[in-house]
Amino acid sequence: MEMNGARIVIESLIKEGVDTVFGYPGGAIMNVYDELYKASGKLKHILAKHEQGAVHMADGYARSSGKVGVAFVTSGPGITNAVTGIATAYTDSVPLIVISGQVPTFAIGTDAFQEVDAVGITRPITKHNFLVKDVKDLAYIIKEAFYLAKSGRPGPVHIDLPKDVTVGKTKFNYPEKIELKTYKPTYKGNKRAIKRAAEAIIKAKRPVFYIGGGSVLSGAYQLVRELVKITQIPAVETLMARGVLRYDDPLLLGMVGMHGTYAANMAMNDADLIISLGARFDDRVTGKLDEFAKNADIVHIDIDPSQIGKVVETKYPIVGDVKLVLEEMLPLIVEKVDPKRYEEWRKILNRYKELYPLTYSDSDEVIKPQWVIEKTGEILPEDAIITTDVGQHQMWTAQFYPFTYPRQLITSGGLGTMGFGFPAALGAKKANPNRVVVNFSGDGSIMMNIQEVLTGYRYNLPVINIILNNNYLGMVRQWQTMFYEDRLSETDLSDVQPDFVKLAESMGGIGYRVSKKEDFVKALEDALNQNKVAFIDVQVDRREDVLPMVPPNSPLKNMLIFKEDK
Amino acid sequence: MKRIISVIVENEHGVLARVVNMFAARGYNITSLTVAPIPNSEFSRMTIMSEGDPKVFEQIVKQLYKLIPVYKVIESDDFIEKEMAMVKFPLKDVKDNLADIDAIARCYNGHISNVNDKNIVVSVVDRPDRIDNFLKAMQAKFKNLEIVRSGVSVIER
Repeated sequence: MEMNGARIVIESLIKEGVDTVFGYPGGAIMNVYDELYKASGKLKHILAKHEQGAVHMADGYARSSGKVGVAFVTSGPGITNAVTGIATAYTDSVPLIVISGQVPTFAIGTDAFQEVDAVGITRPITKHNFLVKDVKDLAYIIKEAFYLAKSGRPGPVHIDLPKDVTVGKTKFNYPEKIELKTYKPTYKGNKRAIKRAAEAIIKAKRPVFYIGGGSVLSGAYQLVRELVKITQIPAVETLMARGVLRYDDPLLLGMVGMHGTYAANMAMNDADLIISLGARFDDRVTGKLDEFAKNADIVHIDIDPSQIGKVVETKYPIVGDVKLVLEEMLPLIVEKVDPKRYEEWRKILNRYKELYPLTYSDSDEVIKPQWVIEKTGEILPEDAIITTDVGQHQMWTAQFYPFTYPRQLITSGGLGTMGFGFPAALGAKKANPNRVVVNFSGDGSIMMNIQEVLTGYRYNLPVINIILNNNYLGMVRQWQTMFYEDRLSETDLSDVQPDFVKLAESMGGIGYRVSKKEDFVKALEDALNQNKVAFIDVQVDRREDVLPMVPPNSPLKNMLIFKEDK
Repeated sequence: MKRIISVIVENEHGVLARVVNMFAARGYNITSLTVAPIPNSEFSRMTIMSEGDPKVFEQIVKQLYKLIPVYKVIESDDFIEKEMAMVKFPLKDVKDNLADIDAIARCYNGHISNVNDKNIVVSVVDRPDRIDNFLKAMQAKFKNLEIVRSGVSVIER
């Protein structure tokens, strides 16, 4: 059947099983929106208030569901506004399809109205991008885009669609299968490499599992839990891997890295074998590189070959999907492993755990942000989805929230995008209408996409925002205090706070302002019963720091544990 | 450290930009770059010469592999390297005999390509280090010398 390019976009998305698109219309993408209109509800659309919001929503939708998120934006400012959203998804390996309108092919390069070199801009922040020049290629490109976004190491794919291509007609033929000569991700690990790594694990004295986002993306969490249980080898998690192990797993030492636990960081420091399960040795994890894991050999399982050996020398590289590799590796380990072998090691680490547990000094006069997070964890159902913005509240959430399953925490780990949490929460709510979705934010971050309250109102996406309000850009303030002799350059927000209650109400939400502990509990319980976007503005201890902390460029073992350590 | 790699890529728009960006994003200069389609295939071969830290280079190679249209990255220390150079100088600057210039060119697999009423053009094809020598010789002889180098092309032995 002959159809125009715009219709092909809609039909292809339906073929791919997409049910929701997030976006914002404009001149160059109008034909696509016209066909969306005509498709009358076969494809739901969430109109955001800003393109960045739309892409973060698609991202939250994707991260919480494991499906591909889709966003439509127009040319020029439409796609440039989407850039932060795309880059956020790229650094955290989130599968997205972003379709942007473009000026007609004959106008490209003429400085036409709302023209920008979109594929030039998104090239380094996408897994791949396409400029469609002929409507005949369109269906194939969309198929390829979905395949690329989902397969191998996932990531965002951008399709730039000139307006004349959306008008041009051709026979619609959606390809069933796709094969690319130049792209064949390795899923199955090399058998010999797996065997060697398994032997190294069995023979190690002080091994530690270093669980990363790859364990989440490959759906390997049950295998990881089994592996940890059978071997009784302690484990640490990266920010992206929170929830792979349950928070109460006795072998979980906690999060590793700059704001990780003392036990987790010391485990990495003292280990003789570090087994990376889809983690990439980020600088926030390793601390000072020269001093990182000096006595350890590295097993590195990663689907992306470019990650292996990028940061640390790797003795046992395995390119492959974590889940498939562990399926092969587990039987080899089960046969021979002796959990007693690591008993001494576990004892040492447990001593570290007892010595410096994750803690804070609670108070009755002033609300501690960590208390808010712990309390929220007690109140919310176990299957609640938690998103965060970026800064102190993000780290406290990662430290203190009781995560029980992967994909429970949705946070911008790699790019660290303020303004991510709220729209991501809306997207997550759209994908999981029956689950509670809570965004922890700060008084800095929440302002960055606050316009999306209206989107939550319009589409009935009741998301609760808990604003840990310290009237500071807290993380920068903390660094200024610690490393810049408390010169608080442009981080004190106390003179310019909005009234979050009125702000929420003005856009159909509900707001609470809380400065006592009991009021917080009441507000949260009330918000859970309201079917509205909620802001709980919690006035917290202004000068609370995120601790422990590995100062920048220090070895992991040199942690600041207490405030006085500085 | 000097490095040469060959990158086999699909012929499609934007692929050169993708490849070059890997170097640009890391602040690496490309010393020379040659690209041409591989006959009877949908691929092109790029030969890139660059200089830099081996570790960064290894990372660039891995990242190049990650690019969707990249089919293969060839690294070898056993390449046959060839480069073409053309030099142009005014006819009036020629003090000795044309045959002498032709003889030098022949040493470097070359010849006089063109002579008109104003200029002489000599072209040679050889290893990049030998091209350097040829150019030095010519520069010693002629002040007004215009030089064009093609950049290196390689093939594994």
